[in-house]
Amino acid sequence: MKPTIAKEPSMLRQKDMVAGHYHKLGTAAERGQKVAYTFVPGNLTELMLSFDLLPVYPEINALQNAMRKLSGDYIAEAERAGHSEDVCTYVKCDIGMMLKGNTGPTGEKMPPPDVLLLSYTGCFTFMKWFELLREKYRCPTAMLHVPYMPDGVVTKESRDYVVKQLKDVIIPALEKSSGKKYDEERLREMLKLSAKAEDDLVTVLESAKHRPSPIDSYFGGVYYIGPLFTAFRGTQDAVDYYRELREEVEGRMQRGEGPITPEGQVSDERFRLVVEGPPNWTHFREFWKMFHDEGAVVVASTYTKVGGLYDRGFRHDPDRPLESLAEYCLGCYTNLGLPRRVELISEYIRDYQADGFVINSVKSCDSFSSGQLVMLREIEKRTGLAGAFIETDLVDPRYFSPANVRTRLESYFQMLAQKREGALAR
Amino acid sequence: MTTLEPLIERCRELVDDLELTSVKHWKAAHPRGIAIGYLPIYAPREIVHAAGGLPVGVVGAGEELEIVRGDACFQSYICHLPRSVIELALTGRLDVLEGMIFPSTCDVIRNLSGIWKLSFPGKWVHYLDLPQNFEPELGGVFYRRILLEMYSELCAFTGQQPDLERLRASIALFNENRRLVSQLYAARAAEPWKFGALESYLVLRAGLVLPVEEHSAILREYLAGCALRETRPLDNARIALRGAFCEQPPLALIQTLERAGCYVVEDDFLPMLRWPEGDVSEQGDPLGALVSAWLDTPCEAASRYVKDVDQKGCTLVASTRQTKAEGVIFATPSFCDPALLDRPMMQAALTKAGIAFTSFKYAENTGQMQPIREQAGTFADSIKLWGEA
Repeated sequence: MKPTIAKEPSMLRQKDMVAGHYHKLGTAAERGQKVAYTFVPGNLTELMLSFDLLPVYPEINALQNAMRKLSGDYIAEAERAGHSEDVCTYVKCDIGMMLKGNTGPTGEKMPPPDVLLLSYTGCFTFMKWFELLREKYRCPTAMLHVPYMPDGVVTKESRDYVVKQLKDVIIPALEKSSGKKYDEERLREMLKLSAKAEDDLVTVLESAKHRPSPIDSYFGGVYYIGPLFTAFRGTQDAVDYYRELREEVEGRMQRGEGPITPEGQVSDERFRLVVEGPPNWTHFREFWKMFHDEGAVVVASTYTKVGGLYDRGFRHDPDRPLESLAEYCLGCYTNLGLPRRVELISEYIRDYQADGFVINSVKSCDSFSSGQLVMLREIEKRTGLAGAFIETDLVDPRYFSPANVRTRLESYFQMLAQKREGALAR
Repeated sequence: MTTLEPLIERCRELVDDLELTSVKHWKAAHPRGIAIGYLPIYAPREIVHAAGGLPVGVVGAGEELEIVRGDACFQSYICHLPRSVIELALTGRLDVLEGMIFPSTCDVIRNLSGIWKLSFPGKWVHYLDLPQNFEPELGGVFYRRILLEMYSELCAFTGQQPDLERLRASIALFNENRRLVSQLYAARAAEPWKFGALESYLVLRAGLVLPVEEHSAILREYLAGCALRETRPLDNARIALRGAFCEQPPLALIQTLERAGCYVVEDDFLPMLRWPEGDVSEQGDPLGALVSAWLDTPCEAASRYVKDVDQKGCTLVASTRQTKAEGVIFATPSFCDPALLDRPMMQAALTKAGIAFTSFKYAENTGQMQPIREQAGTFADSIKLWGEA
């Protein structure tokens, strides 16, 4: 008999939302709806939705395919077509899916893009990715150059540069692709809804400061950020989802309950951790179980900030629509310099009273991974806590070695337990 | 007949000298001068020069340096260049540099700027965000501000006031240098039997550590000396090499290509010496001239966005034809995301143009050349046997 997977009601709601979105995409052509492909970090979802453009996020397709065990074949297909084994597997999964007929993760055919909105926040690979897709689809590409913030502070000059590009390049391109005029009032309304949902997301994420934490902010966190980081930001659906999620989490917190995992509820929170880096998607459940088995709960993570540092005060602002969209693009986690990333993780460790931190270094993502070993040592120095370093990949099943990952994690948890016992003995 | 051996030997010593002795000598002779390092693939050296500084290209440590600390900073799937650069820094070999410029070449170099800030808190670090929007009123305005900021900060180091006349004079010097570099490429494409790929690479690469005036003098001497050579052409294949714009190949690899029967008539090594293509205007606002040169240059690289889909690969095809290369070798550093992601598009453009190509990967410390020699040799033979030329 297939084991039952524990799910929160909000997860079921989200599942329906995602399925609905893929169905909309599958039927976009027959309904005459235009489609824009774009990337998650620094996305301009409200702006696209204000033109009635239906967004597609290729990274989301890739990770959904990985969770459904489809990514290995797609990557192999891309490599057969000449793509190097060394490069980002999100890209190859997407290219492979395209080469194999562009059937989306839910089995419905993905529509070709009417426009590629290339806002390459925090990742150079995005640029190459859409250059590759552009070769295939031959559709218009709107490029938004989002400057990197090496000091971790969004500067006025960079914001002005992005705003001017939005006005002069992006909006005209979206007007042309959608056949609709820019409607700032509509955008403001959407941004109002975004801010409401963002408030609730922050409450959910910060609930992990409570002991025991009612959420897992990494494995569970990827579900919590899903709607807000993708196609639903700026919609009533997202507002409703986050209200329900918030109530659910607050309920668990009041009852003193731990997070829900696929294996059931965590009833004994042994370790509180901060995690840096994206999760592995091909063995997501197995990976999560390694933490669950040890009573390890992730109380804060950086991956849940790739689509915005809402917990540091950012909100989409209907009174400054383009300015706040620009600040959003500029302020996403991977667009910030390493010193700020180190500072943020150190703050999380302190604010969430973490026992330690884990860096999941993924082969595919230089933007995240390059420099993480230096970050590890710097965070250890600043916090006095030892960190764990594990290596996996995003969507390439060949790079997830369960035995190695488990051994490293188990050793780390043993070390944390011994340190705790030693401290108690003293 | 003149002999170029001493000149080439000197260039070789400069390339091999990981202690940057020539930079130390320059600083001894210029007590108020500063040395500023820059990583691939492009930095406006004129700005450093005008501020009274010596721009120093830092392109890794090649095959000679044993990497110990660098490997503790980077995972196995990150390219080799950053680990050797950090090794150089952590072993004190870059102490002579007051600061570093990290251009927006890729995520790895970008994050290296952060590593620098964390590891060397007293050093000047500038992340050079080259615009990917090429409209003067957008990317141009953004880039001008960056250049002005960089110029002002560097002048503060040397106690100078930013001076546009001095900047214009620097532009003129680097224009001259770029013209000589272009002459070298053109002469080598015309008569590759007179210009060895390895020796011309050494002569070019010496320019990363020398004052521009001195490098220009070397280029002049080399060009004049090679013109007098009476070398006879061999029945080699003329190839263009692509993909080595950042992490440099080991010198032995370039030599291996020559020994495999290839005349390297075009390459993308060291773009910092060739970009922007053509002169930077010496009239009007010099900062504006540097901006326009970047926005308008036809130079194509994997880290520079190509706005028009139909232009993708065009410069590679054009330069291959212009230099009469009979085929292209993609020599790409392992784990170089920009080059490796770009390669299928470049290959598609070559296929459309009917130009043969082959590809392999290397690291700056690759030691085993036999497989590369066999592959390059087979490619050269196939061009000679079955090519149209």
